[in-house]
Amino acid sequence: MSLSGAWYLGLAAVVFSIGTLGLLVRRNVLVMFMCVELMLNAVNLTFVTFSRMLNDIGGQALVFFTLVVAAAEVVVGLGIVVAIFRRRRGATADDFHIMRG
Amino acid sequence: MLHAAYLLPLLPLAGFVVLAAFGRRLGDPWAGWLGTATVAGSFVVACVVYAGLLAKAVPQRSFIQTLFTWIPVGGLQVKSALLIDPLSMTMALFVTGVSSLIHLYSIGYMKGDRDFAKFFLYLNLFVASMLILVLADNLLFTFVGWEGVGVCSYWLVSFWFGRDSAASAGKKAFIYNRLADVGFLIAVFLVFSKTGTLDYKGIFSHLSLIGGGTGTAICLLLFVAAVGKSAQLPLFPWLADAMEGPTPVSALIHAATMVTAGVYLMCRISPLLALSHDAQLVVASVGAVTAFVAATIGCAQQDIKKVLAYSTVSQLGYMFLAVGTGAYEAAIFLMVAHAFFKALLFLGAGSVIHGLHDEQDLKRMGNLRRYMRLTFVTFGVGVLAIAGIPPLSGFFAKGDILDNAFARYPALWVLGLATAALTAYYVTRLMALAFYGDDRWHQGSAAGHGGDAEPHESPWVMALPLVVLSVLALVGGLLDLPGHHPGFAPLGWLAPVFGSALYQAHQSAGTLWALGIVDAAVALVGLSVAFVLWSRRAERPELEPAVLQRAYFLDDVYDAVIGRPGQAFARFCATVIEVKVIDGAVNGLGRVTRAAGGSLRRVQTGFVRQYALGIVLGGVVLLAWMLSRAVS
Repeated sequence: MSLSGAWYLGLAAVVFSIGTLGLLVRRNVLVMFMCVELMLNAVNLTFVTFSRMLNDIGGQALVFFTLVVAAAEVVVGLGIVVAIFRRRRGATADDFHIMRG
Repeated sequence: MLHAAYLLPLLPLAGFVVLAAFGRRLGDPWAGWLGTATVAGSFVVACVVYAGLLAKAVPQRSFIQTLFTWIPVGGLQVKSALLIDPLSMTMALFVTGVSSLIHLYSIGYMKGDRDFAKFFLYLNLFVASMLILVLADNLLFTFVGWEGVGVCSYWLVSFWFGRDSAASAGKKAFIYNRLADVGFLIAVFLVFSKTGTLDYKGIFSHLSLIGGGTGTAICLLLFVAAVGKSAQLPLFPWLADAMEGPTPVSALIHAATMVTAGVYLMCRISPLLALSHDAQLVVASVGAVTAFVAATIGCAQQDIKKVLAYSTVSQLGYMFLAVGTGAYEAAIFLMVAHAFFKALLFLGAGSVIHGLHDEQDLKRMGNLRRYMRLTFVTFGVGVLAIAGIPPLSGFFAKGDILDNAFARYPALWVLGLATAALTAYYVTRLMALAFYGDDRWHQGSAAGHGGDAEPHESPWVMALPLVVLSVLALVGGLLDLPGHHPGFAPLGWLAPVFGSALYQAHQSAGTLWALGIVDAAVALVGLSVAFVLWSRRAERPELEPAVLQRAYFLDDVYDAVIGRPGQAFARFCATVIEVKVIDGAVNGLGRVTRAAGGSLRRVQTGFVRQYALGIVLGGVVLLAWMLSRAVS
């Protein structure tokens, strides 16, 4: 038996919402990163789903781009986090407000 | 032999390049000798090419030497090419000849000057530009030479730029000329739009494409350029101020060659000018009036060089009178003769100035014939020549012009005749004040070193050109004896260049004789009156009214009409437009940007969650909008 596309889309929506909520409420930078990853992968899931449903390979190809960009983004983000950790013992996202203009 | 023509402008140009690179190292006097040698070489080349041209049959005496294609733009192919024909070669011959003599003279005159080498650098560049001007075969290439001589004139007038008066005289010369050059450029545009070509042969073979009105416009626009370059009314004040330059420069550029470029240009476009009687009348009238007005001013000047400057303006007026009456040959003839005797007069004046330690005021000279014999004799020849005493060159040259004017515009002839009398008067006054009467130079000069030093004769490099030029001024008249003897009329060879553009005055021999006698009589009257009046007394204020001394207040008029309003406008721009409008706009823009930035920066709090919330809310709004569209 195969599940219909709606199930996959529903799952993706749930995962995306969890990610969004997590991003808004958590202050730990690492957890926030994980939430971002959740959101990205939820989107990836919708891409793949639609790709199957519409029989179009474009959606799957786009996922690879998303993965690459996500990896690059994590590298930069973690770099900043490490730099912050070097200067102070712990770090929450709100500590970054010193960098405002 | 004709193919050597490219050397004509190239030699002085090479001299310019060498002097630019090594001039300082060559120094005094070797830089001068180098400059002189290149120009003299150019003169030799001119003689060779001239001989080559004479050897040809009359109809074949025109030759174009293409150097390279200068501006290839689609249908327009401007070549830098030389047009070798009797007209351009006559110009080239006397330009190089007189230049060689004046270069030689300058070695003596500029001795010990701080910028000795630079002087010859400019002088060589000038000769090269002048040769390009006269030899160019299209209007645009002529314009290159035209601007070249203009900029050299500027550099040389303000050669002693340490003096304020010299610096501003240079600027004045440049601005007057630029003003007039606008006419040249517009004329070039017009010619191109009508005929699609710029070289003279091409233009003259497409004359039918140029309508009557446009033809007149082109002629008058080119005449505007000529008026600036040749210092005619109303643009002549710059030439008097240009006397701030060293005297050899006044002789070469502001008497013998550059200022005649306007006359040459009008002669060059003679087929075009022949189409328009209106333009001819304008040219002739401006010429005659300028000749008269400048001559009256010359009668009251105190500075020896200023007298000669106004005399130059007046003689150039004669040339334009000739051009306007269709007597192109006569114009060129007077140009050549004028180059001889006016260069002679200027160099003589330079010798006097040099001998008196930079004294230029006629009222502080006198009795110099006892101290400077050679200068006195040669200067005397120049005076007689320009006064028009037969059989010197000036008599024949002026006679030709007046004959033509008599036949065509009798009213202008009267003006010309009056000018002839005045000419004789003012040069004789100059001669009498400088060389006769009492010694006035040791009454203490403005420079403060009068009295002790006796006037002295000049060195041989300065004397030789004087002698050569005085011989030329003496016999120059033989170049074109009236009646055109078939075997001996070197200037008669110009006629084929002008062809049907020449105005043929059919006058009987009796008329010509009568006119000649009138000319000579008038000249003699002017000469004797001046000699009687001025040889004993130097002060006759009643004969030197302020209106003539100040050149009819033309400078003051320009100052009041253009200078003052211009300054007022500039001040208005500086204090109102600049401060209020421009600064206001710039500062206002800055203020608005700062205010906007100041209020917007509050949005940036530094809390990532707030940004994320913003993004989410934005996404929700966007989504809602898209959904609402999908539903409806």
